[in-house]
Amino acid sequence: MWEYGSVEVNTPILPHLHTPYMPELCDLTAHQLVAKLKARDITATQIIESVFRRIDAIEGRAPSTAPRSATPQPGDAEKVHAYISIQRERAFERAKAIDAQLERGQDPGPLAGVPLSVKDIFCVEGTSSTAASKMLEKFIAPYTATPVERLEKAGAVLIGKANLDEYAYGSSSESSAFQPMPRNPWDLTRVPGGSSGGSAVSVAAGEAVVSIGTDTAGSIRQPAAFCGVVGLKPTYGRISRYGLIAFGSSLDCPGPLTRDVRDAALMLNAMSGADERDSTAATVPVPGFTANLDEGVKGLRIGLSPDYFRIRFPDPVTGEIRDQDLSPQIVEAVVVAAKKLAAAGAEIIENVPMPNTHLAIPAYFVISRVEAASNLHRFDGVKYGHRTNGAVSDLRAMYRQSRAEAFGLQPKLRILMGMYVSGAQYARQYYQRALQVRTLIRRDFEEAFDKSGKYRCDVLLTPTTPTTAFEIGAVYGDSVLMQYADLLTVPANHAGTPGVSIPGGLDSRGLPIGLQILANDWDEATMLRVGAAYEHITADEAWRKARPKVLAADF
Amino acid sequence: MSDTISPELFLHLVELAALELTSEEGEYLRGQLNGQLKAIAELERVPIPDDVPPAAHGVAFPAAIRPALRADEAKVDASLAERILKQAPEIDEGYFVVPEIPHTDL
Repeated sequence: MWEYGSVEVNTPILPHLHTPYMPELCDLTAHQLVAKLKARDITATQIIESVFRRIDAIEGRAPSTAPRSATPQPGDAEKVHAYISIQRERAFERAKAIDAQLERGQDPGPLAGVPLSVKDIFCVEGTSSTAASKMLEKFIAPYTATPVERLEKAGAVLIGKANLDEYAYGSSSESSAFQPMPRNPWDLTRVPGGSSGGSAVSVAAGEAVVSIGTDTAGSIRQPAAFCGVVGLKPTYGRISRYGLIAFGSSLDCPGPLTRDVRDAALMLNAMSGADERDSTAATVPVPGFTANLDEGVKGLRIGLSPDYFRIRFPDPVTGEIRDQDLSPQIVEAVVVAAKKLAAAGAEIIENVPMPNTHLAIPAYFVISRVEAASNLHRFDGVKYGHRTNGAVSDLRAMYRQSRAEAFGLQPKLRILMGMYVSGAQYARQYYQRALQVRTLIRRDFEEAFDKSGKYRCDVLLTPTTPTTAFEIGAVYGDSVLMQYADLLTVPANHAGTPGVSIPGGLDSRGLPIGLQILANDWDEATMLRVGAAYEHITADEAWRKARPKVLAADF
Repeated sequence: MSDTISPELFLHLVELAALELTSEEGEYLRGQLNGQLKAIAELERVPIPDDVPPAAHGVAFPAAIRPALRADEAKVDASLAERILKQAPEIDEGYFVVPEIPHTDL
């Protein structure tokens, strides 16, 4: 997975650049659509029609939980399969209501008419809310998650529930119980990343304009990088988790996936802030995230850390820990970005030490599994979710049989690891130690961002991922290697600090490269400002005009 | 290097986890667990001073940014209760129905 041949980094091939391509409404950004809508140049209904034309052309058949071996059908490999369920009627009703509001001269909100996909791990009242698990295949949510409720209140129009790794346990979307799985719109033989894979696909391919995902180890930023869109994990506590099906409760952060930085800021504006239904949603003031977007990077201190330019992971065969350099094309993209930001007035601080980065995955293996196992105990076939139809002798047999039938391999694996490392005789060796390592990782960030410290960084600039999108099937099944796909994103989850992945070019295969910008607690605004500046600096570059291959087809 | 999680320990974990596995699933999952433990072993190789406190979560969450506790008052929403009960596999007059609960006669 980490191996790449030698490549010429400065001349990316742009295979889709010269194919005729006419953007439609579904290809615009949210802020462009809202401006056109409010100027009455277009209607919300036209926007939604445009999105459904795209869905009808490239989505493919609805996925099902049929056994994997039974699922492949001719044509599946040519479609993107971003959604588990699509709420077509609901979307057109909402669009009509927005058009009526505009007709009456009312303000329909800052995201009026913007097509929204929602990772199917958020409850939305009256919709099937599955977490991509057979366990919740028939679950209809009785209430709506706070961030989704706030987006809808701001005028966004729910298009559908996006596919993901089962319970968000993965980095490729391959573990979904709902197959066919989402495919990368830039190369349909490759994964879109995960776990918010369907969200990233829908935004990249025009099946939605914005999406909401969740990030526990990189599940927003990594698929955003793989699919060439913006993905933002806010500070832990910035956005309410009410109505989110929990994975790692001390790590989970809802956040936006969008086509540009301004849209991410608009989404944050709509979703952020305290919530009386989530005691971990902080009462810190929410700044206007769009206010300082265009201020540029002059005077900002941008840190580069050598610890984000190498990977340390166990050999799949021997288990021996090895150090390896990143893909040179990804390193080059980050170095180029740093140079351009420096030319725009930023001060680049090299050699910022983040020495505990390599411990982030081992610590995550422990902490996230303990939290996942704890959160999965509620699925017992009593109050909701799957209950076995088979004959059972007693309640305990019913629990075991129901969970055996409805959980896929990933939930089973995570429960077992969680039980082991939190067991009374092992907790000190594993869980306590992992929590101490978490403190060390947190301290790395505190030192980098300390205003009176040695480095005084405003942000850190890093690669988002060790590789670009890998092939379907290349990593799936090896849970250790798959976890290491999150190596460069997971430290910020341990620290609770915010991070955003923005597009930073294409590799020699025409696959998107993600640049990650990491900031201090509650300072998403500075991170967004740097991202917006980079978009501005590179606005005229050829790779910015490239479009996912799936959109080059004549449809 | 011998497996940290032996077949016997694995069966105990499966019991604790309230799961049942086919032998094929069990073999795969035990292999994955042992593989993950090799990665986790890196935690044991680094020296950690005793005075490093454990972090239950990353960002400091002092009282100043924590929401105040709300009054402990029931908010009754009959239709919500109905929607929630509708998701249960089996109910009877507002109660969840489950199979025989294991018990010991005294």
